[in-house]
Amino acid sequence: MLEVKDLHAYYGKSHILHGVHLRIGKGEIVSLLGRNGVGRSTTIRSIMGLVDCAGSVRLKDEEMVGLKAYEIAHRGLGYVPENRDIFPTLTVRQNLLLGQKKSNATGRWSMDNLYQLFPLLKDRAETQAGFLSGGEQQMLTLCRTLMGDPELVMIDEPTEGLAPKIVEQVAGLFEEIRKRGVSILLVEQKLAIALDISERLYVMGHGQIVFEGTPRDVRENAAIRKEWLEV
Amino acid sequence: MEFFLVQTLNGISYGLLLFMLSSGLTLVFSLMGVLNFAHASFYMLGAYFAFQVSAKIGFWPALVAAPLLVGAIGMLVERWGLRQVHKHGHVAELLFTFGLAYLIEEAVHLIWGRSAVEYRVPAELDGPLFRIIGSQYPIYRGFMMLVSVTVLVTIWLALTRTRIGLVIQAALTHPQTVEALGHNVPRVFMLVFGGGCALAGLAGVIGGNAFVTEPGMAAAVGPIIFVIVVVGGMGSLAGAFVASLLIGCMQTFAVSLDWSLAGIKISQVAPVLPYLLMVLLLIFRPKGLMGTREG
Repeated sequence: MLEVKDLHAYYGKSHILHGVHLRIGKGEIVSLLGRNGVGRSTTIRSIMGLVDCAGSVRLKDEEMVGLKAYEIAHRGLGYVPENRDIFPTLTVRQNLLLGQKKSNATGRWSMDNLYQLFPLLKDRAETQAGFLSGGEQQMLTLCRTLMGDPELVMIDEPTEGLAPKIVEQVAGLFEEIRKRGVSILLVEQKLAIALDISERLYVMGHGQIVFEGTPRDVRENAAIRKEWLEV
Repeated sequence: MEFFLVQTLNGISYGLLLFMLSSGLTLVFSLMGVLNFAHASFYMLGAYFAFQVSAKIGFWPALVAAPLLVGAIGMLVERWGLRQVHKHGHVAELLFTFGLAYLIEEAVHLIWGRSAVEYRVPAELDGPLFRIIGSQYPIYRGFMMLVSVTVLVTIWLALTRTRIGLVIQAALTHPQTVEALGHNVPRVFMLVFGGGCALAGLAGVIGGNAFVTEPGMAAAVGPIIFVIVVVGGMGSLAGAFVASLLIGCMQTFAVSLDWSLAGIKISQVAPVLPYLLMVLLLIFRPKGLMGTREG
């Protein structure tokens, strides 16, 4: 589905990614772990075409490096930014509409569909998104990206700062996404969630992948957890 | 009383014209971060194009053709000029628009000469619309208001009711997120820049014959619309609207009142008043009347 090879990224003169390799299969949930500042967000922003980068990102055997972000989105990649980048002055419904790449597009997810999964968003459909709570905004950001019917969705820190009950809901949505045949690349700080739902994991350190394995490998390998994950 | 009424109407029609100019400037600024020094030059181009087209085929075709032509030039400038310069940062963009303003002025000198051209109000719109006691109000002023209000309502509907309008509103705060959702943001920038230029062009078409069409007209109105954008609050359309009407009325009244203070007539200090307002506002309320950001 997605194959990243020797990806280098730069913010101005600073070199952030030093040759990242990773791959994600169809319908797979893969997590990208690591401490703050190791380049996890930069990795998915580079894949999405939002950062200057060099190397190779192939989606369904087509090269993405060099394409614009909106072209990459049309090829089937979805991106859920951290910080819940909702459009605060638009209503919840308008936010969702902007997730569609074309008006009247149909795909795995319809607005009614998402309203069923999250009745709260339906109740707030005509409210300006800026007035939603943090958890509601996170749901909206996720649902907005799903409206564009991506085949692989990259999600940056979805549970940061959320109450445990909402975290549960988010995890439930991931399960639903997987059921519909969509792959997930998850950047997550909370080790427990990542280990619970992922099929495979990558651990990053200093702008490189330092470990690749299954959740079981990470659970059993205390040295990796100590060196690269635990604070 | 009738003096007050007529001057208020004049002030509003001038203010609406100023808003047609400042709305494009403020929208382009908040979307692209570019303060377009050449914005008033597109106003001047609108007036000259209208003069040229109306001399050949009449005022009404010019009313449509001139703004479209100016808008097309605006899009070309964005696509092949600004977008290339953008890589080098905002200072380069600013200098680019500065140079462009001079370029357009010199082009106008070369093509139409240094003195004013005979761009007149069409005969069917010449004459009084109504009379109150001694004063009369010209049809053309009413026509200007009608055109401005029609255009502004259309733009407001387009921004709030259409998909492209939603994309523009979203891109005002989160351009990268909008692009990652699959919207062609660079094209939206080009359309907004071109649309802003077309609006300025239209203001030139209806303002060029109401006032005077000459090579200094861009330099005369340019600073005023910058004042409006600052007074209204950088990037705020509503603020620009209020500031346009405020400054439109203020200037109209100031030049026609013959009150005097300490031997100085108000009409003598009229040209300074907008700048005075801007300076005071920058000291006491730097984000402008309705702006959200400082400075």
